[in-house]
Amino acid sequence: MTVREMKESMHLKLLGKETGMDEEVKGGYIGDLLSFVMAHAQSKDAWITVQGHMNSIAVAIMTGVSAIILAQGVVPNLETIEKANEEKISIFTSEKSSFELAYELGKLLE
Amino acid sequence: MRLHYEVEGEDFLRAGEASAAVKRILKQLGISTEYIRKVAIAMYEAEMNMVIHGKGGEIDVTLTGEKIEITLKDRGLGIPDIDLAMQEGYSTASAQIRELGFGAGMGLPNIKRYSDTLKITSKCGEGTMVYIEVLLK
Repeated sequence: MTVREMKESMHLKLLGKETGMDEEVKGGYIGDLLSFVMAHAQSKDAWITVQGHMNSIAVAIMTGVSAIILAQGVVPNLETIEKANEEKISIFTSEKSSFELAYELGKLLE
Repeated sequence: MRLHYEVEGEDFLRAGEASAAVKRILKQLGISTEYIRKVAIAMYEAEMNMVIHGKGGEIDVTLTGEKIEITLKDRGLGIPDIDLAMQEGYSTASAQIRELGFGAGMGLPNIKRYSDTLKITSKCGEGTMVYIEVLLK
């Protein structure tokens, strides 16, 4: 599944420009403690979190995740969105909880 | 190849730029994704420690055909008990830092997990030196 297909199926709201939408999504990881995310998230995962700030973009770069999905309506500041665009990391927001998002993602990946 | 970076303490907006730059260089050199990931995560954790705890400092990176060596020297207060600092879950990060998702006490264990050699030398009042080696297999 591509990031674009995930966005459409899960009705995610894209923040910023369309960058990295053709990346592949192979799995998912939920986490708000950044070191746990770095220890356990796999490259090509979609990372579900409520941490919407500059350091989240750095963590996404280091781990090689395909996209960041911000849960519970979290919206980062403009600087963070611009950084994500610059680094070609897709960043989305959704009103749903991390659990609901992970449940939907899991069904799509079955 | 030798690379040098200056890191500012407490600058959370630019934190991680040195690690991101090294990651880009390794990618351009055509090094495998799994190896790049190990280096990037180990270096980012160490760089964040410099920003959060170490009042900034300098990073030197040496890349040869066999391995990458990363040496980080900070300007912090030093680590009084390195064994304690290495324990998973131990952290001295402030509440403000924890709200950003740091301070889980997993930084040093993560560096150990993703590196082949980790050496930490620290003197109270004189800062900390972290040496990380990742073998290119």
